[in-house]
Amino acid sequence: MATFHTHTLPNGLRIAAEIDHRCYSAALGYFIRAGARDETDGESGLSHFLEHMMFKGTDSRSAADVNRELDELGGNSNAYTSEEQTVYYATVLPKFQDRLVELLTDMLTPKLDEHEFQTERKVILEEIAKYEDQPPFGAFERAMEIYFGPRGLGRRVLGTKESIESMEAPTMQNYFDRRYRPENIVVAASGNVDFDGLVEALEKQTKPWSDRHVPPLPSPDDTSSLPIGIEVEPTLEVEGLAQAYLIQMNRGPSMASEDRYASRILASILGDEGGSRLFWELIDTGRAETATVWPQEFADCGAWFTYLVCEKSDLALNKKLIQDIMTRTAEHGVTNEELEQAVNKATAACIMQSERPGNRLFSIGSRWLTQSKYVSTDEMLDNFRRLDQQRIAAAAAKYLAQQPTTEVIVSDGT
Amino acid sequence: MSGSMSTTPSVATEEIRIEKLANGMVVAVQAMPWLRTAAFTLCLRAGVNAESETDAGLASLTCEMVERGAGQYSSRDLVAIQDNLGMDRSSGVATSSISFGAAMPAESLEKALEIYADIVRRPHLPSDQFEDARMMALQELRGIEDEPTQRVMLRLRELQYGDRLGRSQHGTKESLAALSSDRVRDFYTKHYHSGGAILAVAGNVDSNEVMRWASEHFGDWKTGSAVPPAAPSGKSTYESIESPSSQTHIGFAFDAVPFGHDDYFKMRAAIGILSDGMSSRLFDRVREQRGLCYTVSAGTQSLENAGAVFGYAGTTPERAQQTLEVTLGEFARLTDDLTLAELDRWKVRIQSNLIMEQESSSSRASSIVSDYFQLGQVLSTSELESIIESLTLDEIAEYWSTHLPNHYRIVTLGPSPLDTSLFVQ
Repeated sequence: MATFHTHTLPNGLRIAAEIDHRCYSAALGYFIRAGARDETDGESGLSHFLEHMMFKGTDSRSAADVNRELDELGGNSNAYTSEEQTVYYATVLPKFQDRLVELLTDMLTPKLDEHEFQTERKVILEEIAKYEDQPPFGAFERAMEIYFGPRGLGRRVLGTKESIESMEAPTMQNYFDRRYRPENIVVAASGNVDFDGLVEALEKQTKPWSDRHVPPLPSPDDTSSLPIGIEVEPTLEVEGLAQAYLIQMNRGPSMASEDRYASRILASILGDEGGSRLFWELIDTGRAETATVWPQEFADCGAWFTYLVCEKSDLALNKKLIQDIMTRTAEHGVTNEELEQAVNKATAACIMQSERPGNRLFSIGSRWLTQSKYVSTDEMLDNFRRLDQQRIAAAAAKYLAQQPTTEVIVSDGT
Repeated sequence: MSGSMSTTPSVATEEIRIEKLANGMVVAVQAMPWLRTAAFTLCLRAGVNAESETDAGLASLTCEMVERGAGQYSSRDLVAIQDNLGMDRSSGVATSSISFGAAMPAESLEKALEIYADIVRRPHLPSDQFEDARMMALQELRGIEDEPTQRVMLRLRELQYGDRLGRSQHGTKESLAALSSDRVRDFYTKHYHSGGAILAVAGNVDSNEVMRWASEHFGDWKTGSAVPPAAPSGKSTYESIESPSSQTHIGFAFDAVPFGHDDYFKMRAAIGILSDGMSSRLFDRVREQRGLCYTVSAGTQSLENAGAVFGYAGTTPERAQQTLEVTLGEFARLTDDLTLAELDRWKVRIQSNLIMEQESSSSRASSIVSDYFQLGQVLSTSELESIIESLTLDEIAEYWSTHLPNHYRIVTLGPSPLDTSLFVQ
C-alpha cells in the first residue's frame, strides 16, 4: 500500500512523497513555480532557456559532468517547462537515490557560464524552428495568445526567435534569483523512496538557498503594444500543406474546480480516440484525421480545447458537425452507458498508471506545488466512480453551450 | 514442443512458460504477481510482406477492418466492451507481422482473449464500411505529408531495404484507390491463421489458466504458412525533397546485423555509446558542444532477414551541411577514443531499464513477442543482463572497425540539397 509523506524545510522548500517499497524504481523531481506566465516581455522564453542551462554546469561540475553523471545513474531523466512550472525529474533504481538527490540539487544552482549560454541559445533556436515545421505549426501557441492575451498564460513557453536572440545572461541570473527560491519549490518523490534520507539530504544541501539575493523586479510590460515577435492573427498560412488545422478555445475548469473530474469524463465521451461521439461521426467515417476535445487545467483557470484536422475543403462541414454534437450534448447530456464506459476506462487508466512511479510523480508534484493537496490513486478512482449523469450534464451545459471565443485556422493559404 | 525456463532471478521470481499449440501458435506467459495489471500481445504473420506486389496498404486496411465488428459484436459493441474492461489497446502493422495488444486490470484478461479470438478469427469485414476504412487510410497518408520527419524516415526506409522490403504500411493514394472489400477478404482468409503466430501474456496471471484460455480460444484455429520476406535490395544513394521548411531534416541509414545475429549486442552497444543518453557522442558533440541541433539520434532496427541503423538530425538550413558531416563523422571515428566509462554507462542504463520493465506488464509482453519472433526463444531478464554484462570494449571496437558504416542511404527535406558525396557511393 502506498503511503503519503510530507515535510517542509526551515527554508520553506516543501517535500511530498508517495512511497511504496514494493516498487522497483524511485522517481524524484524538482517542481519550480517558474513558467511562461511568470515572465515579462524582456524575459520571454527564459523559464525554458533556464531549464536547458541547468544541465550546463555548476561551480563544481562541468556541463559534461552533469550529463555524464545523470547517465551513470541509468534510468530516465529529463526536464520540461510549461506555462506555470519547470520540472526536473528522473526515475532510477532505489540504490541511486542519494546520488540523484545530490546531483539534481547541485544542478539547480547553475553556473550560467557565458560560453555555454551562447551555445545553448542556438539549441533553443533550433527547437523553435523544429516546432515551426510540425503540425499544427504554432497554432496552439497562437490560440493561447489570442484567448489569454499575449502575456501571462498566453505567453509562449519557448519564447520567440526575437526574444531568444536578444536574451542576455544577466537577465537570466535575475530571473533565476527571483523564481528559484525555496518557497517556490516542491521536491516530489514516488515509488521505492527512503523518505527520512530524502528530507535529511535536502535540508543539508538546500540550506544556502535561502541566502539568495533578491533582485530588483523587472520593469512592467507596456501592455499597449504586442511583445516583440508576436502576432495575433487568427489565421496562419503554411505553404504546401496537405490538410487544414482548426483549434477552438473556450472556458474550462481549473485545477481546483469541483467539476474537473466531470469535465475529463465529458471530454472522454466526446473526443476519445477509438470510440467517442466525435470519433464515430468524424474519424470512423474517414471525414477527418483528428477530431477531439480536452479540458486543460491551470492553477486558477482553465480552457476547453477543440482540435480538428482534415482536408481543407471539408473544414467548414466538419466544424459544423462538431458544433452540432457539442450543442446536442450541452442540451441533452450523455447516456448512462456512455458514462459507465468512460468511467471504467478512466479508472483502469489510473490503476495502470499507478504501477509506475515515474508516471505518478507529475500529478503528485504539480498538485502539491499549486495547491498543497494530495490525491491518492484510490481517491481519484472514487472521484470518477462518484460521477452521475447530472454532473456530466451540468459540466456539458456549463462548458459546451457557448460558441467558442477563440478560433485559429492553419492552411496552405490558397 | 513445450518447455519452461527458470533461471536464477536477479530481481524477482522469474519464469517464462512457453508452449506451442498443435496448430503452431506459440503461447508465452510470464507471471508478474506483484502487479495489478495484465497485458497481451498477439502477433500474426499478416504484415506488409504478405501483400501482393500491387496491394500496398492492404495489411493495414485489413487490420482496420477486422476491428469493425466480430463474433457477436458490432464495431461499436467492441469498443464499448473493451472500454468497460479497461483495456488500453493498440494495433500495428509491421513488415513481417501485425500485432494486436492491450494492457488492462488483470481480472479483464480472460474476456479480453476471448474478444481478440473473435476479432482475428470471426471478423464481419462489413463491406458497407470499406469506404470509411479507406477514407481513414487516406486521412493518415495526408497526415504524413504534413510531417517532415515522418516523410523523411518513411522514404529512407524504402531506400535502405529496397522498394519491396522497405515498403510503407500506409500504401499510396494510388494503391489505396485500387483496393476493394474483396481484396481485404482474400487477404484476411489467406494470412490470418495460427501459423507462426505468437501470443504473449505478462502480468498478474496464473500461467495454467492462461494456457487453458489460449488453447480454448485459439487451439482449433486453422494453420497456414508465413509469406517469406522479400530480399533486401537497397543501395547507397541520396535523395533530396525540396520544401520551404524552417529546418533541414536529415535522415540517414546503413546496413547492420539484426537482433538474433551473434554480433548484435556488440553493434547495439556501439550505437548506444553513440546515441543513448545525454552523455552519448551524438548528443554531446553535435548538440551540447556545437549547438547544431535540438534533435539528433540513431537507433537500430531488426527485420526477419535484415537489420539497419537509422538516424535523424534536424537543423536550420545554413547549418545542415556541417550537421551532416559532424554527425556522420562521429560514426566514422567511434573507435578513435572509445572509453570503458562510456560502455559502463550504457550497461547501467540497459540494466536499469530491464529492472524497471518489471513494473510494466505491457513492456514485458511486447519484449517477449519481439524476442520470440527474432530468436525463436525468449530471453529472461537475467539472461539478457548477463549478455550485456559480458560485453567488452575490445569486442565492440573490433566489431566496429571491421564493420565501419558505409553505403549510406541519405534523405533530406529542406530548402536545398546537401553535398553527400563523402558518404554515398
